[in-house]
Amino acid sequence: MSVPELAAAQIEHGATQFLPPKFEARQLNFYYGQTRALIDINLKFADRSITALIGPSGCGKSTLLRVFNRMYALYPGQRATGDVRLDGQSIFAPTVDVASLRFRVGMVFQKPTPFPMTIFDNVAFGLRLAQRISKARAGERVESALRDAAMWDEVKDKLGEDARSLSGGQQQRLCIARTIAVQPEVMLFDEPTAALDPISTLRIEELLQSLREKYCIIIVTHNLQQAARVSNVTGFMYLGELVEIGPTGQIFTAPKNRRTDDYVTGRFG
Amino acid sequence: MNRRRLRKLGNAAALCLSATATLVGLACLGAILWTLLARGLSGMSIALFTQMTPPPGAQGGLLNAIYGSVVMTVVGIFIGAPIGILAGTYLAEYGRDSRLSSVIRFVNDVLLSAPSIIVGLFVYEVLVVRMGHFSAIAGAVALAIIAVPVTVRTTEDMLRLVPQGMKDASTALGAYPWRTITNIAYPAARSGIVTGLLLAVARVSGETAPLLFTALNNQFWSKDLNAPMANLPVVIFQFALSPYKNWQQLAWSGALLITLAILTLSVIARLVISALPGGKAGR
Repeated sequence: MSVPELAAAQIEHGATQFLPPKFEARQLNFYYGQTRALIDINLKFADRSITALIGPSGCGKSTLLRVFNRMYALYPGQRATGDVRLDGQSIFAPTVDVASLRFRVGMVFQKPTPFPMTIFDNVAFGLRLAQRISKARAGERVESALRDAAMWDEVKDKLGEDARSLSGGQQQRLCIARTIAVQPEVMLFDEPTAALDPISTLRIEELLQSLREKYCIIIVTHNLQQAARVSNVTGFMYLGELVEIGPTGQIFTAPKNRRTDDYVTGRFG
Repeated sequence: MNRRRLRKLGNAAALCLSATATLVGLACLGAILWTLLARGLSGMSIALFTQMTPPPGAQGGLLNAIYGSVVMTVVGIFIGAPIGILAGTYLAEYGRDSRLSSVIRFVNDVLLSAPSIIVGLFVYEVLVVRMGHFSAIAGAVALAIIAVPVTVRTTEDMLRLVPQGMKDASTALGAYPWRTITNIAYPAARSGIVTGLLLAVARVSGETAPLLFTALNNQFWSKDLNAPMANLPVVIFQFALSPYKNWQQLAWSGALLITLAILTLSVIARLVISALPGGKAGR
């Protein structure tokens, strides 16, 4: 078995803790004013893998994602201590430009948020922020992003239409395409299917599977079945703490922690 | 059974009261419009738009006053709109819940309801007295000061209606706030902001008091912004109070003209807004 094959097999089975981490949190604490929302989080995410974060409402999952691309910095009174590293480099370092960080760490939100512009411009939006780009080159990048998001065939004839005319599921895939277009290294998904119907959800899950080959993906979800279906690694969070993390199969069938067991078997949450 | 009848009665009473109130309001409005039409329409003629304001007893029109009103309103909005929109943007996007913002908001609300004659006096003191004479530009500045608070208020309200999620999504793609505001928030709030500007135009174009102290009036044709300029509100004020029949008639026609202009403006604005691609977002 070659090294890449070995890594792939390890990811497949969720045994990612031995791989060099793409993204990691070290002793991460987070505060909303006086309230401590994240407590000593230590977490590693391997490249080309999907990590699901599960846990009851208010456990800090979404907060954690918002720390990973420094979205929290928009709001006064919110602060983080400890460290988050992307390829070994701290994202909290004063030299880090938040915009450049967000080009590398993309995020998809719960509600589809098409911008008030055409489908093409939606996908090209981040692209044009990230670099000066010729029209032809932007066209190529938009096409490839839409192809990667499995919606090129649906929208190729109406790229000039207002993005808000798309259906909810299409809008969400457009948001994913918009994020892909920037070619990030890490993609954060904050309950990406919570506002969608089952068929759209299925399509997004298939999409996640295909994206796994290129990205380090972290997904927050309330839907346990979804975590079980799409992820390699699952982490369970409760009251701001990371209770347990491990291969998805193990978390759902033989969790080591009692609270994880209670949660995945539906005894609370 | 008794209670049900009582509740029905209560409902009927409420319906009666609110319908009466609506009717009273509409009747007042109708009466105003009717009077304007009845008295003003007879004075409508080509001369109204081609001749200058006449001396008592002579033939004339309102051309110089119409021109002056348009010029001062346009210049006033050009000065006031950027200030109002940018200040509204600060309150909605940058300042948010800061203490400075709440102070600005309070002062703005005070300005919003400040009697316009005070604005007129202020500009009189600050500009007219310093310059030594009445001028159109002083009038435009006074109108701008009246337009600013309206614009600030509507801009802030409309920007706040843009979903935070949309702005967050833009930020998450690596956009700095200014980019998010210009590329996402403004287009999403466009129809609302434009409506706010039109409200400001409507408010400003009927103002008399601030112009009385600043632009004054001019019986002749003048394009000089640095000199007194005729304008509809002041002409209406002067002519309506005069004992001369022809002046009174011109005042009625002028009043009708302003009313129709604002009405047309609103209708056009609505049509334009609904035709814009982003037109439905702000509603």
